Parts: sequence; structure tokens; C-alpha cells
Amino acid sequence: MQSIRSLDDFQTLQKRLKVDTAKNLPVIVIPASTCAQASGANEIIRVAKREILQRNLSEKVGLRITGCHGFCQMEPNVLIEPRGTFYPKVGMKQMARIVEAVGKGEVLEEYLYRDAKTGRRIELARDIPFFARQVRFLLGQNEKVDPIRIYNYIANGGYAALARLLGEGRPADVIEEVKKSGLRGRGGAGFPTGLKWEALARQDGRRGKVLVCNADEGDPGAYMDRAVLEGNPHAIIEGMLLGAFATGAEEGVVYVRAEYPLAIKHLIIALDQARKLGLLGKNILGSSLSFDIDLVKGAGAFVCGEETALMRSIEGKMGEPRQRPPFPVERGIEGKPTAINNVETWANVPLIINLGAEEFARVGTKNSKGTKIFSLVGKISNTGLVEVPMGMTIKEIVHEIGGGPENSVPIKAVQTGGPSGGCIPATHFDLRIDYDSLAEAGSIMGSGGMIVMDEHTCMVDVAKYFMNFLQDESCGKCYVCRKGTQRMSEILDDITSGRGTMEQLQTLEELAQVVKDASMCGLGQTASNPVLSTLRYFREEYEAHIRDRRCPAGVCRDLITFTINENCNGCGACKLACPEKAISGKKKEPHFIDMKKCIKCGMCRSVCKFDAVDVR
Amino acid sequence: MINLTINGLSVSVEEGTTILEAAQQLGFPIPTLCHMEGLTPYGACRLCVVEIGEGPRAKLVSSCTYPAQEGLKVRTASQRVLRARKMILQLMLASCPQSKTVQDLASKFGGIQGHPFRQEYEDCLLCGLCVRMCKEQMMSGAIGFRGRGKDRSIGTPFDIRSDICRTCGGCMYVCPACQLRCTYNEPEKAVCGGCQNLPPPCMEKFDDMSCYMDPCVACEICKE
Ligand SMILES: Cc1cc2nc3c(=O)[nH]c(=O)nc-3n(C[C@H](O)[C@H](O)[C@H](O)COP(=O)(O)O)c2cc1C
Ligand code: FES
Repeated sequence: MQSIRSLDDFQTLQKRLKVDTAKNLPVIVIPASTCAQASGANEIIRVAKREILQRNLSEKVGLRITGCHGFCQMEPNVLIEPRGTFYPKVGMKQMARIVEAVGKGEVLEEYLYRDAKTGRRIELARDIPFFARQVRFLLGQNEKVDPIRIYNYIANGGYAALARLLGEGRPADVIEEVKKSGLRGRGGAGFPTGLKWEALARQDGRRGKVLVCNADEGDPGAYMDRAVLEGNPHAIIEGMLLGAFATGAEEGVVYVRAEYPLAIKHLIIALDQARKLGLLGKNILGSSLSFDIDLVKGAGAFVCGEETALMRSIEGKMGEPRQRPPFPVERGIEGKPTAINNVETWANVPLIINLGAEEFARVGTKNSKGTKIFSLVGKISNTGLVEVPMGMTIKEIVHEIGGGPENSVPIKAVQTGGPSGGCIPATHFDLRIDYDSLAEAGSIMGSGGMIVMDEHTCMVDVAKYFMNFLQDESCGKCYVCRKGTQRMSEILDDITSGRGTMEQLQTLEELAQVVKDASMCGLGQTASNPVLSTLRYFREEYEAHIRDRRCPAGVCRDLITFTINENCNGCGACKLACPEKAISGKKKEPHFIDMKKCIKCGMCRSVCKFDAVDVR
Repeated sequence: MINLTINGLSVSVEEGTTILEAAQQLGFPIPTLCHMEGLTPYGACRLCVVEIGEGPRAKLVSSCTYPAQEGLKVRTASQRVLRARKMILQLMLASCPQSKTVQDLASKFGGIQGHPFRQEYEDCLLCGLCVRMCKEQMMSGAIGFRGRGKDRSIGTPFDIRSDICRTCGGCMYVCPACQLRCTYNEPEKAVCGGCQNLPPPCMEKFDDMSCYMDPCVACEICKE
């Protein structure tokens, strides 16, 4: 790889690469992100390579290994370009046949995606309801680029925004453009990115300025940042380069959690290639811009995602937040002015420069522009990463993209924003999602987790789960957050085990308010959300636990009993499944549960096909 | 000079002054626990919270760490502040009832009797005074924090006697939670220092222990 020393050379290279890829050959695209590899993508890649060689198709069929496309439930999946044929859950045998079919230009009807509602087979990815409603600014690029080949990114128009600005742009114009686009930080708080950059640009740069990409992603169940890191690392690098151009920063840091080995690997490769090509380092593309990026691995503490804790962690100290001001743009890493942005925020920057601020701002709501990736998980038919325009209703996301409930149990609520987010009940599913509407509803955007819960979920139990997480993950510096989460957890534990009192419920509510009010950093200030939002929408569930010693959803073990009703036809499935051998009964006759032996694990209920196990 | 108002009164202070210092100038009492003159403000106990800003943007911040800013409007005893203060003191009483400092603060600033939580007896509030004392005034840095969340604690690395600890006792001197303990169970008598004559010197008996008192004051912590 030869270093490019001028803008002209870059443009020549880009033109050449574009011609190379424009041949319109069919390409087999296989995602090999962590999620895809876990479901067997490596095997089908091996088969695809072998088949292409054996059938002498190397000249006729292309193969591209990419990051996650988002439909994780259907992985390992295969996409055939340029048609857009989508094959879900591909096995090794199927892969061989797919290669053959692609070689002949055929489509294998029997392997196509089958729509659960209509039973119809759908060929093209863009017609599948899961994809159809999305606006895939970022995830769409994951389909197009091979993350470990920089030429692939360049051929798709990568680094063109940088080259153009280096040629004729002024830093102030970039900031103006980002401001006009209305981009708000995707890390959770939604601070306008343009304003942050403007503040950094204004700082005295004598001691140097730093840009940080926050890739700590500590929310359980959220993995959109991982998908971007693994699938399109150059977009982040380009975003940071544009940021450096705009603000005058010369140092960059990507802070990734160590639990993301593949993302780290792809980043190391991408950084290395960008350096070799002269896109990082001194005098980038022969211009006066100098910028380089370091990779720092975090040990995976949730609180290290908080920006002041993150900076301390980068400095090699213990990750604990401090009170702002001074803000990082005033005093950041080692005292240098620092701007911290989330992975998704950075990846949006090249897009804004390429599309133009106005075009970008066309998508979204009044105060929240562009798209947001959510990780849609829980009791829902289609799980995966979905990228939707800001302002889409929860209903559309859950019922149209997500395909509604996983089984016959109706959906009760969604929890957004990670552990310190809140629950929004099904009656409020008309809510148009953006930063402000979610905050009003008592939740937060957070980094974009979206957990769907059905009627078999106990909201008190949910609050307890998140509070347990938070009491472990609070850094412990600030007294109200550390002790407050512990005490909230204690009270929730009392309530779910039938010891709760109404006075405790009142204490819980007061304590939650104070923790929200008096904590130092965002963790504590949002730690009460699980409690406050469930109290707001599901207070009667709390009261049922306390007054009637009853768990309406049938979850809290100390408050429920399992019984078998008259629907039982004696199939014996529950008897086999019961780990404690607590179920007895003759074949084809109603069975019984022995209360003394029952440990309330719920296995019987989950295996029963006849709705014969009651829980009260 | 920076001009701000505290509880409606204007005050001018030098740049770099904290809200706490400004309020003290005017004589407004604000309870503090993790703050001590001569040590870097830490902002951990949250007792010193005050309300700043107005309308929907009003928020609570720790006055010991928040710098005075031009035009800032501060309220040191609003409903919101009092509610937070009371809850924090109750949380402290629930975990550290044996601390005289906490008991005094509770009666002075909240008139609090009792609390709605399960009683615990912890001997550390993790205010970090000792850590800062050791590092900033004694130039040692023998102790520090480790762990997070409910596992956070203070100690020497690997919990063995630190090579750089000079057993100066500074940590103990500033501790708001264990000062009763260092005077053993008869505080009135211990203040006179008479116990220093008591045998036996525990340092010799337990040489793997990092005792801060030298000469031994027979505190008997080592026996616990
Ligand atoms: C407890 C806590 C955890 C956080 N975790 C993350 C995270 O994992 N990733 C992230 O980008 N931002 C996280 N943030 C938000 C950051 O503090 C910061 O606001 C963000 O990185 C700024 O980037 P943005 O403006 O692009 O959103 C977290 C905040 C808090 C309070
Ligand atoms: S005295 Fe200010 S937070 Fe402890």
C-alpha cells in the first residue's frame, strides 16, 4: 500500500477503485460480525469460498464479507447484490446451492424469507417488513463495505468528504454544516454536536486538543456501536478526521471496551491501513492537517462510558466521574481541551458532509434529526438492530419492524435507554421517538437499547433487575448514588419477596427523587428512571405486591403458586420437564403439582401446550 | 471579581471561589462532610448540595466543587435542597449511626430522628478524606480506593502494610466515621492521650497490619 501524498492522487485512486467495482457482477454478501459468527457465519463463508473456486466462478461472482446488517435473528444470512435477494438462516448445504444458483443467475425460492404473518415468501431484502420501514443511513453502509479493506471503503465514496474539505473547505464551514444538520450526540444525552465542536474550536490550542470516540457501550443488551465499529471502522476514522479539521485537534482516541475483540481487531487494521495510505499522521494527503488516533481498551465498567470517568480511565486512573464544570472541552484529558462523541455520532459526520446538512435534516423531527439505531430485543418476533428516522412511533418499531409479540402473549411495555432508562407502556406506543419525547415520557434515548416486554413480565421485577445492575456499576464515589441504589434495591427486593410495606413504597419514591436530583454524574441522575417510570405507569403492580402479596404477572417466586387446571389432558410434558419431580399424574389424566417440592421455576408453564398451568 | 446571588443576597468573590466558600462568606450554613480546607474538593458525600439556575433548568450541584459563576443564582435552603439533605443524612444514619459527625450533622441540619431503612453498622462512608489527606498533606499516597459500587472500599494495595505509610495517623485524624473508635470506647478519657501509656504495642504483635497509630494508642482495632 503506497502512501498518498496529494489530493489529486487520492481522487485518481478513488476514480479507479470506483470503476473496478462498477462491473455489476453479482456479489454474495455475508455478514461476519460477532453476532453472525456466533450463529455460524464462518462455516458458510468457507463453503462459499470453496464453491466459488470449485465451480470456477471467481470471475463471475464476487464475495464480500461485511459487518452486521441488523437482522440478527436471521443470521447467518446472505445477501445477493445487486438484486438484493435475501436468504435467512443459511446452513452449509444451502450455501453451496446458493453459490450455484448465483452463478446461474437463479433465485432459490425455497430458501427465501417467509413472512410470519402472511406466510408469503419474500425475495428482496427491501421488501421484508423488517427492512422496509427502516432508513438505513449507517447500517446500509455495513452491507456495502468490507471493514478490513480500506480500498473498499474508498470505492464506496469513503474519505471523499475529507478530501473535498482539505481542498476547498474552511474549518468554520464544517462546524456550520454540522450545526445546521441538527446532529445531536448519540451517546445518550443528545447534546448538539456542532455546538460541542464550536466550543472546542474556540479553545486555546497551544497545549493541543483531543477528540475521543466513546465506544464503551456498557448497556446490557445494546450493541449498535459494536455493529458500526466492526462493520465500518473507516466511517468513524473519517468522522474524527473531519472533526479534527473543524476543531484543530491533533490527537484522537478511540476508547473501546475490551469485550469487543473483533471490533478492536477491525479498528487496528483500519487505523493501520489509514496510516499507511497517508490518511492519518502528519500532513494528511499533503495538506496542513495532522491527526492521529490511538486505541485505548477499557476494562468494561458501565460508568467508564460517562465522559469524565472515561477521561480518567484514558489517563490510566480509576474510572470515576467528577463534577462538571469544568467541562471536557475546557479541561479534558491531561488538561487538554477534549471533545467526546459517541461512535454513532462520529459515523454520522461523513454522511452529513456528503449528503449536505439540509438533506440530512430532512429526516427526523423538529429537534432531533437523522436516524437512530436501536437494538430491538426481548419478547418480539424480529430481534436485531433497526435504524429508523427520529420521530417514528414505538408502535411502528415494535409491531411493523419488530413483527409484534414473539408468541400469543400481548406486549406490555418497552424499556428504552439501557439500565437507566424507563419503561413505556403499550398504551403510549403512539409516542414519536426522539430525545425530548422520551425524556417527557420518563425514559431516555440512552444509547438506543429497546427491550420489549410482554404480559408475563413483572415490572417490579424489571425495576429490581436494573437496580441490581446499577448498584454494582455505580462507581461508588458519590454517596447518594452508591447508597441510594443499594437502598432502592433493598426495598425492591422486599417488595418482590412479599415483605414490602406501603411506607417503603413511599420511601422508595422519595429516595428515587433524591438520587435523581443530588447525584453527581449521569449514572446517578438517571439511576432512578427504572423505578420512577414503572411507578408512574404500573403503580398498581407495586401495590398488588404489597397489599395483596400477589405478583400479577406471575414472576416473583415468593408470591406465586403454580397449579394445573382442567385444560390438562395428561400429556406428561410438564412432568418430564420438572427438575424437582414435583408433578405427578397418570398418562391422559390431569396432573398435579406438589407444592412442597415445587421451586417455582416455571418450566411446566413454559412447556405446556394447552395453557393448563396457572400461576397466581 | 465574580458577582452572584445567594438566597437573594449579592456577593462578589474572586475567580476560582466555590459556591460553598461564597456562601460561608455570607454566613449561610451548608453542611459538609467530605470537604476539608486544605484538601482538594471531592464532591462525594453530596451533603453540601445547593440549587442553582431557574425554572426547568434548575438543578442541584455540590457547592464544595462548583465554581462561582457570574450571575449565578444560588439557593442554599430551597425545598429541593432540604429534601435531598434530609434523605442523605437519613441514608448516613442508616449506615453509620456510630459516627458522631453524622449524628451531629443530622441533628443540626435536619433535626432528624430515625430513618426508614434497615439499620447497618458500617465503619466507612467512603468520603475519601483520608485518601486525600494521605496524598495531599502527608505526601504519601499509601491508601486509595478500589472496587466499585457496593464493593468499593479504601485500603492499601493488596491490603498489606504499605511501604510508604509512615503511620502518621493523618487518615485517622480526619475520619468522620471512626474517630470514636480511635479513642476506644471511652472517648472522654482518651482525648487526654492517657491511653498512650497502655501496653501492648500492637504493631509488634501484628506486623502485617497497617496501623496508623505510632506510638500505639491501644485502640484495639487490631483485636477486632
Ligand atoms: C453512566 C453513563 C454511561 C454512559 N455510557 C456511554 C457509552 O457507553 N457510550 C457513549 O457513547 N456514551 C455514554 N455515555 C454518555 C457520555 O457521557 C457522553 O455524553 C457521550 O459520549 C457524548 O457523546 P455524544 O455527544 O456523541 O453523545 C454515558 C453516560 C453515562 C452517565
Ligand atoms: S462536602 Fe461537598 S460533596 Fe461532600
